[in-house]
Amino acid sequence: MSETNYLTTDYTLRSWFLTTDHKRIAILYFASLIFFFFIGGAAATAIRIELATPQGDFVSSDIYNRLFTMHGIIMVWFFLIPSIPNTLGNFIVPLMIGARDLAFPRLNLMSWYIFMLGGCTTLFAIFAGGIDTGWTFYTPFSTLYSNSYVIVAAAGVFIAGFSSILTGLNFIVTIHRLRAPGLTWYRLPLFLWSLYATSVILVLATPVLAITLLLMATERFFGVGIFDPRIGGDPLLFQHLFWFYSHPAVYIMILPGMGVINELVSCFSRKQVFGYKFVAWCSLAIAAVGFLVWGHHMFVSGQSLVASLVFSFMSFIVAVPSAIKVFNWTATLHKGSIHFDAPMLYALGFIGLFTVGGLTGLFLACLAYDVHATDTYFVVAHFHYIMVGGMVTAYFGGLHYWWPKITGRLYSEYWARAAAILIFFGFNLTFFPQFVLGAEGMPRRYHVYPPEFQVWNVLSSGGAVILAIAYLMPVFYFGYSAFFGRRAPANPWDAPGLEWQTSSPPPEHNFTSQPVVTRDPYQYDEDFHAEPQNA
Amino acid sequence: MWRQWIPFWQPGLSPHSGDVDLLFTGLLIASALVVGLLFFLLALFCARYRAGNQTDRNHRVKKSWHWEVSWTVASFVCFLALFVWGASVYFQIYRTRSDEHDVFVVAKQWMWKTQHPGGQAEIDALHIPVKRPIRLVMASQDVIHSFFIPALRLKHDVVPGRYQDLEIEVDKPGHYHLFCAEYCGTDHSGMIGEIVAMEPADFSNWLTQQAPSSPLASEGGQLFRELGCSGCHGGRGTIRAPPLEGLYGKPVPLSDGSTVIADDKYIRDSILMPRSQVVASYEPLMPSFEGKVSEDQLLRLVIYIKSLAGRQS
Repeated sequence: MSETNYLTTDYTLRSWFLTTDHKRIAILYFASLIFFFFIGGAAATAIRIELATPQGDFVSSDIYNRLFTMHGIIMVWFFLIPSIPNTLGNFIVPLMIGARDLAFPRLNLMSWYIFMLGGCTTLFAIFAGGIDTGWTFYTPFSTLYSNSYVIVAAAGVFIAGFSSILTGLNFIVTIHRLRAPGLTWYRLPLFLWSLYATSVILVLATPVLAITLLLMATERFFGVGIFDPRIGGDPLLFQHLFWFYSHPAVYIMILPGMGVINELVSCFSRKQVFGYKFVAWCSLAIAAVGFLVWGHHMFVSGQSLVASLVFSFMSFIVAVPSAIKVFNWTATLHKGSIHFDAPMLYALGFIGLFTVGGLTGLFLACLAYDVHATDTYFVVAHFHYIMVGGMVTAYFGGLHYWWPKITGRLYSEYWARAAAILIFFGFNLTFFPQFVLGAEGMPRRYHVYPPEFQVWNVLSSGGAVILAIAYLMPVFYFGYSAFFGRRAPANPWDAPGLEWQTSSPPPEHNFTSQPVVTRDPYQYDEDFHAEPQNA
Repeated sequence: MWRQWIPFWQPGLSPHSGDVDLLFTGLLIASALVVGLLFFLLALFCARYRAGNQTDRNHRVKKSWHWEVSWTVASFVCFLALFVWGASVYFQIYRTRSDEHDVFVVAKQWMWKTQHPGGQAEIDALHIPVKRPIRLVMASQDVIHSFFIPALRLKHDVVPGRYQDLEIEVDKPGHYHLFCAEYCGTDHSGMIGEIVAMEPADFSNWLTQQAPSSPLASEGGQLFRELGCSGCHGGRGTIRAPPLEGLYGKPVPLSDGSTVIADDKYIRDSILMPRSQVVASYEPLMPSFEGKVSEDQLLRLVIYIKSLAGRQS
């Protein structure tokens, strides 16, 4: 490896912290996100230790409430939302479309600094004394009753929102303007379609969160009546505003994961994605309809029954495009030539877990059952199946798939497969019992619970131990690979995407000459002689 | 009952909970079919089309649109059926019919205070007779709480600043969990109580055995005089303020030309925000009692005014 790549052009700290190279910024994001993931994960571990027994014997109620709030805030805003878009997206988008960089490289760097400012503000709130409102900040509890660092934490989330908006904007402009010659919209890999849909939500929904948090801070700070009925406000107004952002935010979290799965399923069954156009438009349909379902978080809040009816109906509608995607991925396998490399194991795990998460979403969209199940562990299990079983699994899958491109090194296939399988089983053992707990009526956010729920909680905590170990495994084999791994070829998976046409790791400006696209995506060799080289 | 044969599943104990359980079973069966079909296909494809396995890979499906349309329509039709089913049961659950036996529930950090019309008060407990619909009138003193009885498959948030009606009915005597389901602060998980369902005869006995306390209506009447309401609304003086006798449940003409029914919510709002809905032909003179009366006191005032319904003005 004589020629220099983006990692070896310069070794100074300055060259990293003032870089405008999308690949280096992706690495900055990656390092920050690992940090936040393990902070959020540590909180989750403490929660599961506490819940192993019905009594509150590990931490006090106030600490417990701070733990689940911290887990939620960190994982949602400082891990899940930026995870795939800001690391894999940042790295891969320009490579996939044959561009030198994103449309606004300096804005991209600024977005990372804003993100870190928001992250540090939130971390300060957590370590100065914590915040106990839950990640949902429900009023009037958050505005008048909570004695914790609500405003500081909300300020952190508020700031991080600007980073989301800038990243979304950058992706939208990049995908519109910087596509290589010949790369028409229907030749875009589906990862880009889903990132495009994600970016639209980021840009349109995040301002609503900013407004909501500002209003909350105004009420808490100045006592202006907005959400507290005692001073003339309406508590449900907060919920409407908050979920108007936070439900689309769920799609911000899952759409990039779906995008990654398209790439993986297609590559490892050596076949183009079944129903390309349907899958592409399903991403945009999810983004659009996702804005019209927020009221399904409020079926028991006292909103009008007619509103509940409409939101229930829209929630069933938004499930249709997700179902279509699952069927298309399955159909992609048909008559393929399936390789079970680690990324594919993650992809298959994703399809299974996402399907369970999606189906239990129907239970919750179903009005009468939601009356029983909302605010119980059923909801907790459901969204962890989507967010962890879905998104985190897809993130790991994508990370394994593009790792050789990002680092120029190969990882241990044996350990990677072992981790993928362990994550799958650990995950199910952790979260499946929570469906049972919810169906039996155990409310969420309970520090102490009646003893009849203990059996399932013990199973869940046991699963969490396995899951924690499984999540630590990649730290070791990826860490080893990054420094001592075998050199990766330019195209280890024999995949047709543009990102595989340049060397691994790519040179600073991605391509030595401007690539030109002449064919549809996913043109895998029809004769099946192309085997992955490191399998 | 078929439900008793399923392990880990306590059957619901109200007339509606049977419908909810049936819905749950329907959802489970539908999901099991989808998961079964999907996992079967995934396993089949993974086994048959694994790399290196010699099998027929010719004649791949090229035109996909008729497959797409079929599974889109199939999903949509199934979802529509589930939507209609869930919605119809939902409307049953949240219908309130009788107000024969009202129970007043005040939620506050971190306890449930319940009170029967006769004045019998309980904390974190509620005694009710079986097989008889009970209407709960719920209010919150501080933050949002949620009244949740898993055995009845029933839940409703209690949002401060408004009354919430909820009808409950229990089929079988016993003790059931009452949980707060909306996170409400430090001792949220301690905000649990017990629903004690009793045979009607036992319930009557229980009511009479409770520590003697005056009925809520007479306590409300006392408050009515202490707070000075009787100065304007009392017996003869009907020049400055409308009379309250015979008011409850009747339509009231307002100064803006509209009409409202004088129910619990209207009376509550009129005490807290008297100028928002002024009765026709009266001047907006009444001061607001916002912040001057607690939810408990408000409830007593409402019940007192309600108790005047039968009297002639």
